[in-house]
Amino acid sequence: MTHLVRSELLLLARNRMAVFNSVLVPMMIIGLLASGGDAGGDTAAVTGMLGFVLVGVLYYTLVSTYVARREDLVLQRLRVGVLTDLEILAGTAGPAVAVALGQMALFVAVGATAFGLPAPVNAPVLLLGVLLGTVVFALLAAVSTTFTRTVELAQVTTLPVLLVCVAGAGFAIPSDALPGPVAEALRWLPLSPTLELVRLGWLGRPGAGVLGVLGAAAAPAGLLAAWTVLGWVAVRRWFRWSPRR
Amino acid sequence: MTAAVQVYELRRRYGSFEAVRGVSFDVERGELFALLGTNGAGKTSTLELVEGLDRPTAGTVRVLGRDPVRDRTAVRARTGVMLQEGGFPPDLTPAEALRMWAGTFGTRARPVADALDLVGLAHRADVRVRQLSGGERRRLDLAVAIVGRPDLLILDEPTTGLDPESRHDTWRLLRGLLTDGVTILLSTHYLQEAQELADRVAILRAGTVVATGSVAEVVAAFPARITFDLPPGVTLDALPDVVGAYDLTGGRVFVHTQQLQTALTTLLGWAAAHGITLTGLDARSATLDEAFLSIAGAA
Repeated sequence: MTHLVRSELLLLARNRMAVFNSVLVPMMIIGLLASGGDAGGDTAAVTGMLGFVLVGVLYYTLVSTYVARREDLVLQRLRVGVLTDLEILAGTAGPAVAVALGQMALFVAVGATAFGLPAPVNAPVLLLGVLLGTVVFALLAAVSTTFTRTVELAQVTTLPVLLVCVAGAGFAIPSDALPGPVAEALRWLPLSPTLELVRLGWLGRPGAGVLGVLGAAAAPAGLLAAWTVLGWVAVRRWFRWSPRR
Repeated sequence: MTAAVQVYELRRRYGSFEAVRGVSFDVERGELFALLGTNGAGKTSTLELVEGLDRPTAGTVRVLGRDPVRDRTAVRARTGVMLQEGGFPPDLTPAEALRMWAGTFGTRARPVADALDLVGLAHRADVRVRQLSGGERRRLDLAVAIVGRPDLLILDEPTTGLDPESRHDTWRLLRGLLTDGVTILLSTHYLQEAQELADRVAILRAGTVVATGSVAEVVAAFPARITFDLPPGVTLDALPDVVGAYDLTGGRVFVHTQQLQTALTTLLGWAAAHGITLTGLDARSATLDEAFLSIAGAA
């Protein structure tokens, strides 16, 4: 599978748009935040950044990549080779996942140093949130390709997941601005438990020790695990390896 | 040793359309077996089941003794596949694409340069795939199919889109692989390809095998043909009895017979005895083209 990751990395490096999105966009965001000055202590802004990376960068990039490989008949060709289906999907996602993890590490580092946030109190929980979120959004991207016929259409078909997740996670729209049942329903979507784990791992819970944080992490982690299973089942059931002709 | 490919009573249904309707054949180790048929006869649908891309609606497939879906990993390590349409990322070069594929086969793989050389693409190793011609992409696909040194090659129309010279180069490569003991199952709609390469063929029509055997066997089932101009002053009734019926079209006599030599001897003896010259005399066995048209074309 490492060989597939390597060739995908070559393709990423040859795609100017992808390089721009991966490297320059996060730099610009950090620059904007830094010039804002009083972002210090604003945890929502930095944890929200991680959410943005998962949905806006990882999810969107992967939908485009999977669709491009499918339409170029690359996935079809790979499926008659020795790699398993999971290896094909994971290998194709490899570089985008690496870029997303790198961006999130950068935001955490910048948040801790430049914005005066505390160092994460429970790094494993933070890491768990990031990794589970990455897996779930990669699976969601694979599922989203089933209703995305061309790379260009990815700009449209990724919007629902993007908007709903962002609304549900409460970092763009305060959840008390939404009707109660809607806000409640949105909290079950994958971005909310991901960011909850990130906040727990980073800031802890006032008055709770390490064990208290772990206990509080169980529910969101369980929800993400359920999304992972659901995502994989949906991929097995609906993912198309070849173009619709 | 079991046959390299065993296909038994295979069926494949898409909704209400049944593309494969009870296909059976075996491909023996070391032979080249060709599936012939017109477009839509079920060649690709059948091959996809052998490749393990889908489970059959009914029937069984065994590839190198295993189930190609359930034992996918084990089967794939020893097979090389070329789909009717397979792709490579347009922004990779042939060398890079092949390096990736060779990597998946580990130490068993051929060196990338050798594989490119075998398909005549060495000079195009470092241009982007998007700049390759259709025929060059087809040859890259073949290079990928053989890079893992497979025991079995499954090729869906490997020479479609190739110019005649590349086609002959490909035939030479496939003959070389057969000499090395590789088993090859291919589909083609070039009858000449089957005639040049195949040890045995199966002709498909509407999802069923309508003829199978060596090219000679398939052709032998079809009558040979004798034609000549009807001699002046002679009627069909006056011609000697032969195995096969006379038929007159536009002044020419046609005889279709399963016993070419006997019929010809009778006819020539009769002509000599009566001092008759048979102008425009022509006698020949059926060709694969004739056999194919009459089997595969019949509605």
